[in-house]
Amino acid sequence: MPDLLLDIKGLETQFKTPDGIVHAVNGVSFGLKEGETLGVVGESGCGKSVTMLSILGLIASPPGKVVAGEALFFGQDLLKMPNEKLRHVRGAQIAMIFQDPMTSLNPVLTIGRQLEEPLMIHIDMTKNQARERAAELLSMVGIPNAKDRLNDYPHQYSGGMRQRVMIAMALSCSPQVLIADEPTTALDVTIQAQIMDLVKRLRSELGMAIVWITHDLGVVAGLAQRVLVMYGGFIIEEASVNDLFANPSHPYTIGLIGSLPRVDGKQQGRLYSIEGQPPVLYQKPQSCPFAPRCKWVMERCWKENPLLIPISDEHRVACWVDVKTGRPR
Amino acid sequence: MPETTPSGDTTLFSETIAARKISRVERFLGPENYRIVMGLLKTPASIMGFILISFFVIIALAAPLIAPPVNQKDPYKIPRDGFKAEPQPMGSLWKSKAPPLPFWWEPIMGSDQWTHILGTSQGQYDVFYGIIWGTRTAFRTGLIVTIATFLIGIIIGSVSAYYGGAVDNVIMRIVDVFLTLPFILAALILATILTPRIGKSLYPAIIALVTFGWMGYARIIRGDILSIKERDYIMAARVIGVKDSRILFRHIIPNAIFPTLVLASLAVGDVVLSFAALSFLGIGTDVGYADWGQVLSFARNWITSLDTYWYIIVWPGLALVLYVMGFNLVGDALRDVLDPRMRGKT
Repeated sequence: MPDLLLDIKGLETQFKTPDGIVHAVNGVSFGLKEGETLGVVGESGCGKSVTMLSILGLIASPPGKVVAGEALFFGQDLLKMPNEKLRHVRGAQIAMIFQDPMTSLNPVLTIGRQLEEPLMIHIDMTKNQARERAAELLSMVGIPNAKDRLNDYPHQYSGGMRQRVMIAMALSCSPQVLIADEPTTALDVTIQAQIMDLVKRLRSELGMAIVWITHDLGVVAGLAQRVLVMYGGFIIEEASVNDLFANPSHPYTIGLIGSLPRVDGKQQGRLYSIEGQPPVLYQKPQSCPFAPRCKWVMERCWKENPLLIPISDEHRVACWVDVKTGRPR
Repeated sequence: MPETTPSGDTTLFSETIAARKISRVERFLGPENYRIVMGLLKTPASIMGFILISFFVIIALAAPLIAPPVNQKDPYKIPRDGFKAEPQPMGSLWKSKAPPLPFWWEPIMGSDQWTHILGTSQGQYDVFYGIIWGTRTAFRTGLIVTIATFLIGIIIGSVSAYYGGAVDNVIMRIVDVFLTLPFILAALILATILTPRIGKSLYPAIIALVTFGWMGYARIIRGDILSIKERDYIMAARVIGVKDSRILFRHIIPNAIFPTLVLASLAVGDVVLSFAALSFLGIGTDVGYADWGQVLSFARNWITSLDTYWYIIVWPGLALVLYVMGFNLVGDALRDVLDPRMRGKT
């Protein structure tokens, strides 16, 4: 498929720990189209962030290691790219923003100097050009008096402003892909809404593809076109947003959606919660990783790990059970 | 400025922090360093420390005026008035080979007779000369040793923390081995071995103190780098594609260096103390070299009669105490200012 900007095939990442090898990402494959917004959801510890960091070659090694897979970006495998070349992809073509804006800026450098850094590294701007561009970027993300505020230090900015700075920094070199790793989780809801609006506006202005990692399905519903649901380092369901909410086909997805409060008043009684914790996989599972927490569980689930199979045109799911009927597929 | 007007909707955006006037000094130093400097200038203890240090700096700079040397080529040789063993009391007159009279003596004392202001020590070495010129020696040894140990420690600690793994393990075990050696004893032995090879001077003792003095810095900077390395902003810098060396020098070390600087500021005094100890034990310089430890060592044979000859130990001892105290006061204040719990209080 030539229209894929980023094509991940069979990615596997493992971590060596004193207790054994943790299989954090287990054969994840997905594609990202140009200009598309892809939501990645799942509980904490499902391998969402690790997948993205693996693609960018940012897994600390040791203990981590990408053991298999391909990550094709414009036909080039990022996983096999030499460090120096990959460094120029990072920041320039694929940018990333993080969860906690309070700790993501260097406290001893001014905002201006941090914004100038990628510009000077990747597009060889001079100090003065970079400074001007930094002011533009800062006003682009909605910070008033941008020119003066370049001289401020991170501690003079609030959390929402810092996240705006992080976004400005990520977008400074006009990347084709923006990876957002739970960028609104650490912010309060009014600021969350502002940041989401900002991202939507910038998406339509700049036209980059976005991978939005979150565990908030509400955010995904408002932003993404397509969603990946991850569990235990596997993709267990992949669908367009509308399809996913209308027709969730994996018990885990059903659980996630069921645990959301609804504003239309159809909900009665307590919110649903999925019992138990996501697994830490010390071995490649021979069973479905969700089986211990699943209420549709059958005998086959304990013997074989289901593969991701298409159930309709753009909808793939990894489950032995047809949840509508409760019978095997 | 129409181009920099925000294109987005900022009506909701009411989270601007009240603007604060930032002075040029603060802009130059950066907010963190500025806070530290201001904190130091507001603490009575550190002001006291700065006064003591400046006092010694002035003495060291003006040494040729305060106590003009007999021999211009070898000013660090303490002039002696004969060879008699017994110390002479304060205020006794120079009998032979009196050095040139300093300019300030006559106007103040109304006499053109140069006296032993602080008495003479064993062998008729003039205590006053020893203290004045010894101040220069104290600064020289203190600064050379501290800067050298600081740099060695920073380099070794950074390499260790940055590469991690086996490299880190090997380096830190070497540090452990060095730390098990008793400091003064090890320095004493090394200086003794070095002295016949490179001759009697300040250097055997300086080399010995540097060799056994860098481990503390290495350990502290390593720990701080390890903790800074895991911060989100370092990951953020890697994500925007900053080079590894630039991350280390621009993003990690400026954030990690302050605790080590505090240690260094405290060490300037301590080094002089250790140096005096070596000198007291007769290691390093020639007999008669102006150095506080040397002056103190002249008192060794008179310990039982210090009630009579108190001045041969009190004055050099006082110089040493005040000097060390000056640096310790500043170092302590620096540590308080850098304590995160003190943030916003200075």
